[in-house]
Amino acid sequence: MKIEKNAIPALKNIPHWFDIVSDKNGNSFTGLRAYRQSAFEDFNRLGFPNKKMEKWRHTDLSASLSFDYSLATQDFNMQDVLSDVFECDVHDLESFVVNLYKGRFVFKENNLFTLPKGVIVGSISAAFDQYPELIEKHFGKYGKTDKNAFHALNSALFLDGLFVYVPKNVIVEKPLQLINAVGASDDVFVQNRNLIVLEEGSQLTLIHCDDSYNYKRSFTNSLTEVFIGDNASLDHYRLQNINNNSTLISSLVVEQERNAQLSTNSIILNGGLIRNETYTKLNGEGANASILGVYLADKNQHIDNQVFVDHAVPNCTSNEQFKGILDDYARAVFNGHILVRKDAQKTLAYQNNANIILTDKAVINTKPFLEIYADDVKCSHGATVGQLDENALFYIRQRGISEDNARMLLMYAFAADVTQEIKIDSLRDRIEDMVKKRLRGELSICDQCVLQCSSPEKYNFEIDMSKI
Amino acid sequence: MLLQVKNLHVSINGKEILKGVNLEVNKGEVHAIMGPNGTGKSTLAAVIAGKNGYEITQGEILYNGKNLLDMPPEVRAQEGIFLGFQYPVEIPGVSMTNFMRTALNEIRKYHGQEPMSAKDFLARMTEKKDLVELTSKLTNRSVNEGFSGGEKKKNEIFQMAMLDPQLSILDETDSGLDIDALRIVAHGVNKLKTKENATVVITHYQRLLDYIVPDFVHVLFEGKVVLSGGKELALELEEKGYDWIKKETENHSK
Repeated sequence: MKIEKNAIPALKNIPHWFDIVSDKNGNSFTGLRAYRQSAFEDFNRLGFPNKKMEKWRHTDLSASLSFDYSLATQDFNMQDVLSDVFECDVHDLESFVVNLYKGRFVFKENNLFTLPKGVIVGSISAAFDQYPELIEKHFGKYGKTDKNAFHALNSALFLDGLFVYVPKNVIVEKPLQLINAVGASDDVFVQNRNLIVLEEGSQLTLIHCDDSYNYKRSFTNSLTEVFIGDNASLDHYRLQNINNNSTLISSLVVEQERNAQLSTNSIILNGGLIRNETYTKLNGEGANASILGVYLADKNQHIDNQVFVDHAVPNCTSNEQFKGILDDYARAVFNGHILVRKDAQKTLAYQNNANIILTDKAVINTKPFLEIYADDVKCSHGATVGQLDENALFYIRQRGISEDNARMLLMYAFAADVTQEIKIDSLRDRIEDMVKKRLRGELSICDQCVLQCSSPEKYNFEIDMSKI
Repeated sequence: MLLQVKNLHVSINGKEILKGVNLEVNKGEVHAIMGPNGTGKSTLAAVIAGKNGYEITQGEILYNGKNLLDMPPEVRAQEGIFLGFQYPVEIPGVSMTNFMRTALNEIRKYHGQEPMSAKDFLARMTEKKDLVELTSKLTNRSVNEGFSGGEKKKNEIFQMAMLDPQLSILDETDSGLDIDALRIVAHGVNKLKTKENATVVITHYQRLLDYIVPDFVHVLFEGKVVLSGGKELALELEEKGYDWIKKETENHSK
């Protein structure tokens, strides 16, 4: 069933935006105009998803779409944004930082860098002009504009995003940190588009942060396409800390070649409505995907994680583990789908979703799902929903630790299963601190992106009772 | 008097487990509570420590003259009560160090003391670890996670040593221990004994009492303390078995 277009205020401006955007870039890359046109038609056909659709049954977008958003098509003064929004120094972790503001690339002088050994990092819209042959080969090849309305919308409307190219056998030592900040003006509608290409034998760590700059409402639809070549490896993190008025749809679509390694870890700390979609196609033998996530939600927050792993060839492995803690009226959705195709013998696939529900008003809808057409595979899935372990609580309290702190310790320990998998020490420490702060209700949006603004002091459990 | 249990009646789901228990423990004393399985020994320990799920229908428990039953478990612990668990709980993700440091500092805070410095804390860890021959490999791990039965029991005594309680109740600490582990655990308990603290050892067998010599032995049977005496009572029990108690109580009731 199609929803009446007039019923969704957010739909109203889309044709107008499409006209503006399609004139804006794509001069050098001739395919872009046609690609946008086709995506726009796809979106018109698909419309925004609604609760009648199986994959959206438990996530209701109608409130998020009930506002009259504006697309940030106007250019802004880079210097102002740099000094106002991204003012903080990076400490602890030495990383190469790139910033997106309202979906636009923020730069001082240059918006596309060539780093040593031929690594290219910068604005995707600049890359359309400067590296059309690389774009041609990968852009739009992995996203599913014909089936996924948000991929279609993003393809029709994106203005900019991150482009990364890592040449053959190059190991990028420093993590690359992408910070996408929204806010400043009212009701901003952001479509950013990223493309990450890892050639054979290369390695990259990418930290993708979504942050709110203030409490203004926003709607972000981000699509990241990733190609991981033979024997190449991507270590990817999504850190999400947006305000309660904001909606974020974040899609990661990956294609993995022979022996390609993907590790992606979503740390969802705060947000009004967040939906992460992760798709990976294991397209070469020996490829391995590790897809982890932890989500902490309270108040009326809604967190949705959708994972689709496509075992297309034999001898690949995948591991999914998502853990959530829900308080108050929070709702969460987990939908994990593992597809093992007919030829994908010797597949090893594991999937688990565990939840702790702190109130009887919080809700989790979890659906682990295996679809297997090969006969020589090892697959398992599981889901749990529970409360904190009463015996463990009593044990901790018997040692003199207050009930609040005992709960905190147990929740933190529950989340630690996922956070301890973070490979970069300083990042792991920082995130563990943020999780502690979040569990205490002390995380603010001023803790910008993990590595940017949060105070450098460590957050320990030698508890300050006054803060509870 | 440190602990005074008066006419304690306790039910679980409407079934009466303790039927009027009386017990008095003074500083400097070691008490043993013996009795066959299912007579309420562990229930008594759990109720003193403040575990949920027990209905106290009659009686009271005083600790240093204060009404214990009004206090949440953590306050009882902060007041100086320690329970050595029969089945110590595994807590993945919480490191022993973090656990002990948080516990110690909350107890200190309760008594108006400053948190212990990291240096003093680590020195204390090292000292107490040696007492029960616990390796650093274990104390660096998550609480009880992957510990063997013996290691878990040693870890209970280690925690007791770290927290320096006034009253320790050791619930079946000897169960599942081989003789070496038993000796180490008992040695730890004996070392920790002072004139200012007291220990209540709950056990099914006399074996532990070869190593931890009690001042008083109480026999708990069908929810009541039916016999109390000196350490020789344990030997008599060992010799005559619990059937003897059964007959004795039957005779008394006649």
